Amino acid sequence: MYIIFLMIAISVTVAAAFLGAFLWAVRSGQYDDDYTPAVRMLFDNETATTGKGKDAKKSQGA
Amino acid sequence: MEAALQTNVQTCYHCGDSCEDELIVAHDKAFCCAGCKTVYELLEENNLCTYYNLEEAPGTTGKKPLAEARFAYLDDAGVEAQLISFKDDNICKITFYTPQMHCSSCIWLLENLFKLNPGVSESTVNFLRKEVSLTYFHHKTTLREVVTLLARIGYEPEITLANTDGKKTSKPNRTIIYKLGIAGFCFGNVMLLAFPDYLAFTGDLQRTFGSFFGYLSFVLSIPVFFYSARGFFTSALEGIKQRMVNIDLPIATGLLALFITSIYQVVTATGPGYFDSFTGLVFFMLIGKYFQQKTYDTLSFDRDYTSYFPVSVTVLQESGEEEAVAVRNLKVGNRIRIRNQELIPADAMLLRGTATIDYSFVSGESEPVEKVVGEVIYAGGRQVGESIELEVVKEVSQGYLTQLWNDSVFSKNETQSVNTYANVAGKWFIIVTLIVAAGSLVYWVPRDMEMAMRAFTSVLIIACPCALSLATPFVHGHTLRVFGKNKFYLKNTAVVETLAKIDTVVFDKTGTLTEPSAAELSYNGKALTAEQQRSIKSVLSHSTHPLSQRIFQSLQGETFPVDNFQEFAGKGLVGEVNGNIIRIGSAAYIGISAGDAKDTLKTTVYVSFNGIVLGYYTFFNVYRQGLKDILTDLSDKKIAVLSGDNNHEQARLEELLGKEAALNFNQSPVQKLEYIQQLKNQHHQVMMVGDGLNDAGALRQSDAGIALTNSITNFSPSCDAILDATAFDRLSKFLSFSKTTMKIILATFAVSLVYNVIGLTLAVQGLFSPIVSAILMPISSLSVIIFATLSVKVAAKRAGL
Repeated sequence: MYIIFLMIAISVTVAAAFLGAFLWAVRSGQYDDDYTPAVRMLFDNETATTGKGKDAKKSQGA
Repeated sequence: MEAALQTNVQTCYHCGDSCEDELIVAHDKAFCCAGCKTVYELLEENNLCTYYNLEEAPGTTGKKPLAEARFAYLDDAGVEAQLISFKDDNICKITFYTPQMHCSSCIWLLENLFKLNPGVSESTVNFLRKEVSLTYFHHKTTLREVVTLLARIGYEPEITLANTDGKKTSKPNRTIIYKLGIAGFCFGNVMLLAFPDYLAFTGDLQRTFGSFFGYLSFVLSIPVFFYSARGFFTSALEGIKQRMVNIDLPIATGLLALFITSIYQVVTATGPGYFDSFTGLVFFMLIGKYFQQKTYDTLSFDRDYTSYFPVSVTVLQESGEEEAVAVRNLKVGNRIRIRNQELIPADAMLLRGTATIDYSFVSGESEPVEKVVGEVIYAGGRQVGESIELEVVKEVSQGYLTQLWNDSVFSKNETQSVNTYANVAGKWFIIVTLIVAAGSLVYWVPRDMEMAMRAFTSVLIIACPCALSLATPFVHGHTLRVFGKNKFYLKNTAVVETLAKIDTVVFDKTGTLTEPSAAELSYNGKALTAEQQRSIKSVLSHSTHPLSQRIFQSLQGETFPVDNFQEFAGKGLVGEVNGNIIRIGSAAYIGISAGDAKDTLKTTVYVSFNGIVLGYYTFFNVYRQGLKDILTDLSDKKIAVLSGDNNHEQARLEELLGKEAALNFNQSPVQKLEYIQQLKNQHHQVMMVGDGLNDAGALRQSDAGIALTNSITNFSPSCDAILDATAFDRLSKFLSFSKTTMKIILATFAVSLVYNVIGLTLAVQGLFSPIVSAILMPISSLSVIIFATLSVKVAAKRAGL
């Protein structure tokens, strides 16, 4: 039954790691804006011709 | 082409406005103005037309083009240094507030700024705060270029004097989230360790690992006690220091009793302790605090004149050169130039030009005021028309308007309301608790010493009014959200309770009771023939004066050609139509002596044909819709009106408000403030509803200051709540609903008391054990949360909110 000591040690460590991850996420500002990222991820990537800013402008101008 | 399209009015491809006045067709698309077309062309050229695919007509109208020279002050290194948040050899970082942002297209375009200006390396939008954070290479582009670009595509950032007030980087307060995270983590783990206690068949396990579990729980509770629960202890201590009992005192006592008893039990190996209840309590109460903390990111409740005033102004040097000078450095005697739509930052004397000053925001005066050379113009007015030259007579901080902020109400910090329901309840709680605890001591000490200690601590623990402390935040938090949905935005939850106590309502007149954009007009005098009306309309069509525009819109028919048109600023117009000389203007201009002029207090415009006076137009204020109903609903309260205007509307107001209402006219901003102070001295609970900078003092002085605004992202003075003008007709509903919520709080108190009574009954008998606590505590907390949530929702539905 002494395995319980080890098990609990591991479980608390894992939980603490998640707590750490949570605190890091809060600190880095991920919870500050919960709207814009949701919209941003839906923007399509530009097609290949427009991907590289300057080339696109040239082809447009031509 | 235009005529053909008239029947079927097109909407602008860029901004979605209907192209009624003007229609420009370019690139197979319709635009309402050249401004919109220019933006489209700019985006099209840079392959940014995705902007139009994401949302329909996402742009903001470009109808009011302003000279880009107004950004010249951004080239000033001093101004730049005050605005940017970070600068190194290579890059600059800056955050702008752009209130025009409203849809996903806006986000897309603003985050693709680098395609329009290669000097911008990155732009990130925070939509909720309506902010865009930019990083740019300062050797490739300048701050001015970036701002000009933003303005050109319709997202002119709001840069005001407040931005230069030192670096007030309002870091979002994340403490509560940290506290909640840690409390949740500890609660979960302690719960897991305490679980064997709850089951009968684990007695064996308990004997082997009991003390290990106990000590581990103790270790896990330490951060909860010292970090997460700290707020409760400090608040209770502060209360004691001020010789008052708040709700946090019984909470702190309970938590302390829980923690110490648990340590004692673990150390002496007499029991498993209450660490699970302790961490759980803190966790639940922090949820309540978090819920209460709802804030409206885009709204600002603490603005003063500095967020209304510009950062810089054009100063004319002796040599005649123009120079952008920071408003703060403006000195008495400086000559300044104010262009169309610019704000006058300091009290100044008019030197050259025709000043038509729009004071609508400052005084609530709906019509622009005309000033002649030599007159002093007070700060805060906006020039409409040609550019003017002025000489500064007072520094910005000494102006007529800004002196309001020197009043003591603005330097005082808001003191927390002492007599909130929760604090009153807390006081009774601690009294009852102490009596019961002492009673149980008296009963048990002669019989069983150990039992006496157990009963005593149990009473202190169970008396911890956790459910009680959850009731207020949840009821208030939900009320705040209900109000928010109805376009009434409160600064914080404490305002709900203040609103419930209001017995006096004071209104500002112009702009608050009246609709600022509308005015009724009526004609008195000889009846006009259709042809005369058309002639008048023709003359008026050449004037941009707002009064001319109003009369113009009210008249029917096509216009005639006008000869010899002339406009005398501040006086009137003259023009020749079909051989008739028509004069339109003030009584003095038409040649009516002051004695004969009628309704001198009202805004009147006279008309004469070939020197014969025909009659005059009078402008009336239009009162807001639903005003009558609100006033009927508020009839149980004392009503007062404070107006900066003269008393020409007195009769109409009396009719609307009833005879008992106090009407005060010609009130200066300071007088308004003093009036509120006077009411408060008579122990009235005053709510002030106002809209302009001139109400700022009164709003601040009142118990609940409500700023009315037509667009919530616009400037509104410092206040406790912001009310969208479209929701004005629900004002009385908001007040009565806040009263209802106080009743809900009382009911919730009753629910939570049931649990406390059950707990106390067990406690005095010494039967209160960790397992009872572990069951009772979450049930009481959860049921209070659910009860509060549901009852507010039901009440809101019933009230029609």
